[in-house]
Amino acid sequence: MNNLFVYIEQEAGRVADVSLELLTKGRELATQLGVQLEAVVIGADLAGIEQELARYGADTVWVADDACFAPFRTLPHTAVLTGLIRDEQPQIVLFGATCVGRDFAPRVSSALHSGLTADCTQLEIGDHTDAKTGTHYENLLYQIRPAFGGNIIATIINPEHRPQMATVREGVMRKAYAAVSGRGERREIAWQGYLSESDMAVEILDREIKERNIDIKGAHIIVAGGYGVGSKENFALLHELAEVLGGEVGASRAAVDAGFTEPERQIGQTGVTVRPKLYIACGISGQIQHTAGMEQSAMVISINTDPAAPITKIADYAITGRVEEVIPKLIKYYKKNSK
Amino acid sequence: MNTIQRIVVLAKQVPDTRQVGKDAMTAEGTVNRAALPAIFNPEDLHALELALTLKERCAGASVYLLTMGPQRAADIIREAMYRGADGGYLLSGREFAGSDTLATSYALACALRKIGADVIVAGRQAIDGDTAQVGPQVAEKLGLPQVTYAEEVVNIEQGYLTIRRRIAEGIEVVKAPFPLVITVNGSAPACRPRHAKRLMYYKSARCRSELHAAPASFAAQRVAAKPELEIIEWTAANIQPDAAQLGLQGSPTKVKRIENVVFQAKEAKCLTAADEELEGLIQELMAAHTIG
Repeated sequence: MNNLFVYIEQEAGRVADVSLELLTKGRELATQLGVQLEAVVIGADLAGIEQELARYGADTVWVADDACFAPFRTLPHTAVLTGLIRDEQPQIVLFGATCVGRDFAPRVSSALHSGLTADCTQLEIGDHTDAKTGTHYENLLYQIRPAFGGNIIATIINPEHRPQMATVREGVMRKAYAAVSGRGERREIAWQGYLSESDMAVEILDREIKERNIDIKGAHIIVAGGYGVGSKENFALLHELAEVLGGEVGASRAAVDAGFTEPERQIGQTGVTVRPKLYIACGISGQIQHTAGMEQSAMVISINTDPAAPITKIADYAITGRVEEVIPKLIKYYKKNSK
Repeated sequence: MNTIQRIVVLAKQVPDTRQVGKDAMTAEGTVNRAALPAIFNPEDLHALELALTLKERCAGASVYLLTMGPQRAADIIREAMYRGADGGYLLSGREFAGSDTLATSYALACALRKIGADVIVAGRQAIDGDTAQVGPQVAEKLGLPQVTYAEEVVNIEQGYLTIRRRIAEGIEVVKAPFPLVITVNGSAPACRPRHAKRLMYYKSARCRSELHAAPASFAAQRVAAKPELEIIEWTAANIQPDAAQLGLQGSPTKVKRIENVVFQAKEAKCLTAADEELEGLIQELMAAHTIG
């Protein structure tokens, strides 16, 4: 009771990275709170899934394993998780801020009348004293996220309502095997009692899922472009540099919104978080929503026409100049010097 | 119920966080809301377009906008009218102040019960919070199915909509019964522009508190003559809520602390685009095995 839940997202038994990252974070928080870490998997063909989850510290693995749960549909998943939460009373529930998590976590929070904080960049345990009532709360989940255009960092708490729920984007937390594996005890969810006929109302007629072919998270070198790159054509220069250096192309949200490149390349609070060896920021001003996703890069080079752009403050090298001019020169001198 | 009569679009007026300029923060380090233009949340415009397209395919259907906000949020209802909406509802009042997503969805759900909608359409998320929570939370409160990240209604048949949605690495086509809640992705068709004749007609549309503030205005005379020009304005009392679920006290999430963002400046080495400087940089990086 009052343990920590992590909702595990998987496709055909392959667990999403974000879920393993949350287990790693969840293990740390559960240990600090002195409670158990419990994973919840809702899907089909889940034989043996508890073994992998145990390595990331899961003490218990709750499983609802039935053909009706794959592919993901909002209503059955909401009904099962809501039912399990009501019966097991976890104090914290964590979700990946993925298409799936962002679709059904709000419904779960609405059904349970408990708060949900989206896209957290840090999770901590701490106390709180209400300034008006003087009520003291111990061991709350601090849900920390940038807000209001990234100009502020807000710490959100849910003092009165349980569970405390948060979503976290892929790559924000680190994924690591637990120092000591969890027990990984598999427990079947009595899901039949949670579902009703109306939960099956939506039918999936067709589904076309491409394998993810852009992997910016795993790249050692990232050439990222912002709105300042100016056009789709100029983005081709970034691809050229990335190819020469053996890296990948990333982007800020502004560049994605402007249609310069694919959403899968978005780095930052509402994209992925990366920690490459080298990050070349081209025409990126450096709003916190973006820097939140790349500030742990080992080295940052900025190319910007504005020498006072905020990105300069976290850059190791700040090149003042136009992307169209600087990138071809970098390519040229790299080729020249690597011969 | 096999035909679609009433389509309600949930929309929000938001500060344009994409236009955060140097004056966005005050000298005291707080957010200067006045310096940010208030706009129609971008994805809600995509939602409006999906609703208007649906209306064109369903004889006798009407599109209404529902928003919660201060009096000036009536601007986005007029904007929707210029583009094709038939009317709008503004939920306004201090009871709603300080609402988190859950309290917001509760208030909207109460209003929607009163309006009675066959299809509810909302933008996926608002640019000031990016939570994407309100649509699904409204659906849950009303006990309706939801289809998120929608791009297009591909088919309408007796009691069902077939919808194409964009998910992580692909697309999915789902068939869902209505009434339902649809949230619309930014990849859906953009909203049609304002229509000149509609602009001339609906520019006099006003909500009650606007009429109250300027009772002798030309707009007030127009609204008196043409009742469809009145934007319906509701306070909490109009939607029969449980007051404990509204506003700040109805919000489970509380803000414990706000910190202004302070970059920890490290000393950047400044370079120009001159050839010798860039070649020097490349050589430095190669010597350190950062590249190459």
